[in-house]
Amino acid sequence: MNFFKRTIPLIIAFVMGVLMAFQYYVPHEASQSLLKIVTRWGITIAGFAVFIGVYSLFHLHWNKIKRKLPGWGYSIFVFFGAGITVAFGLYNGGEFFWNDKQQGTMFDWMYFNVQVPAGATMFSILAFFMASAAYRTFRARTSEATILLVAAVIVMLGRVPVGTLLWESLPPIADWIMSVPNMAAKRGILIGVSIGAIATSLKIIFGIERAYLGGGD
Amino acid sequence: MNKILLTFILSILVLHNTSTAFAVGGNKLVPPSDFQAFDTPNDDGRSISLRWPSSPSESTEVEYVVYVSIRKSGPFNTEVLRINSNTMYKEGSDSNFHYVEIKPELFFNKESVVTGGKPDYFFKLFMMSDIENVAIKNIASATPKGNWFNWKKLNNFIILIAFSTLVLLFIEHAKKNPNLYLRKISGLDAIDEALGRATEMGKPVLFVHGLNGMGSISTIAAVNILGKIAIRVAEYDTTLKVSNIDPIVLSVSQEVIKESYLEAGRPDAYVEDNVFMAASEQFPYVAAVSGIMLREKPAANFFMGYFYAESLILAETGAATGAIQIAATDSYTQLPFFITTCDYTLIGEELYAASAYLSREPLLLGSLRAQDIGKGIIIAVLVLGAVLATFGIDFISLILKAG
Repeated sequence: MNFFKRTIPLIIAFVMGVLMAFQYYVPHEASQSLLKIVTRWGITIAGFAVFIGVYSLFHLHWNKIKRKLPGWGYSIFVFFGAGITVAFGLYNGGEFFWNDKQQGTMFDWMYFNVQVPAGATMFSILAFFMASAAYRTFRARTSEATILLVAAVIVMLGRVPVGTLLWESLPPIADWIMSVPNMAAKRGILIGVSIGAIATSLKIIFGIERAYLGGGD
Repeated sequence: MNKILLTFILSILVLHNTSTAFAVGGNKLVPPSDFQAFDTPNDDGRSISLRWPSSPSESTEVEYVVYVSIRKSGPFNTEVLRINSNTMYKEGSDSNFHYVEIKPELFFNKESVVTGGKPDYFFKLFMMSDIENVAIKNIASATPKGNWFNWKKLNNFIILIAFSTLVLLFIEHAKKNPNLYLRKISGLDAIDEALGRATEMGKPVLFVHGLNGMGSISTIAAVNILGKIAIRVAEYDTTLKVSNIDPIVLSVSQEVIKESYLEAGRPDAYVEDNVFMAASEQFPYVAAVSGIMLREKPAANFFMGYFYAESLILAETGAATGAIQIAATDSYTQLPFFITTCDYTLIGEELYAASAYLSREPLLLGSLRAQDIGKGIIIAVLVLGAVLATFGIDFISLILKAG
């Protein structure tokens, strides 16, 4: 059992890890074909994995309704929304699901008039959260917070027309902050991230890091 | 002396203008003196490069047109390129040569191409204006061939091999010297504090995965941390809830947590429903996780992985519930939001270091030391490169040029 749960996954990780690392340096058609095949495998696995996700979602919300857990009423909407969407998806504007997907059907209408606006509403909340987070952060209680506050005010004013009206040097100072200290910090983080990613990849390829297989050893 | 020099310069200018006027104004196109075709280096074997020197007749009114055939005798009626004659110069040259890459197979049906290997392709270059068409005498030919190594990426490959060797050397070193010093990462030290707080309060711990799938290193690192957290949670006998947006990450997380509970000797405490799929898209995921935070008020929130615009909404909601929050991400655009709203934030590569830091396994710790040495080398090269570039010596930037 350990052979199937440990050894085989580790061999697959090693072989595929080495292959895909070298694939980056090989422009040959065979190498590109391998990349295409592996990408297709990924898409296929992801396609089947959707069923696991759907099962998990429905199981969770069914149990919530069954046990009348707090907020169980919202779970009814999960089934309601999923049921309607699946029904209209299968109906396919009268052409049914065995034909090509039709345009302008009720399925599309629900996507563009329910899901997209709902998503946009959630996204718009970000503006208010940003204001509250900024208020908490920019209270100049420490020297670091003061530097953050000053830099943020300059960059914000430098990016709007009123900043130029106040002081014409604000936009160039804002640009300098973004392109010099900000860029330096960003690249520093990126270099660290890249090195960390290579080290982690090596640990996975050589089977040193195996926590992702489950268990701590 | 000055008069002679002035006369010489004037005569050159007059000659140049006369020749241009004769070429364009006199409608006499002077074709390029040469035309070459060759297999494009460092490619997948589909491309052929064409190269020819500039002509004095080049102007915005004159075009270069290239025709291709699979026979030397023609017919050359398949057009593969039409450009203004004063464009497509070879990169980095001083406009003396034109350079283009063509994928000739795109212009032929498979049936018309000779079977059995890649065919020879024959190219003919024409110079065309409204009044006159001139063909270059020689017909250039080449066969596209795939390359087994992209030499433009040699520097990248050498750096990869050098760094990989460094990592493996330090892992070997760590086997012999298990007590390696590690700098303190307060965000990871606070994990125990957060879990202890949740246990004391009798409230759950919420682990929020980022938006990327298992193909992302940050997700793998997050799963590794999840395994360590799950062991402690099982030992403390508290509740761990894990929200997922990707079904594959969900499956892996379930398996990892189940194994962790088993390792902690508490397989009975594992509840599969606590590792769940919250949603499959970004903002529905935010709505679902925020709802959980507000209804169940977890005592500790962990945000681990790669996040996008949802990071601030999630972390602010968590902060509003009074939970202790620890975030770890390599998404540098979201780091400021996490730093602002979370109690502890693991920045960039600290996310990858977490698994080794928490387990203290010598093999994993060795790679951390190699990471630090690697960063030290990069800093040294950057400083040296900046100093040399200041004095006009740019060989380091040339060596490190991306292919």
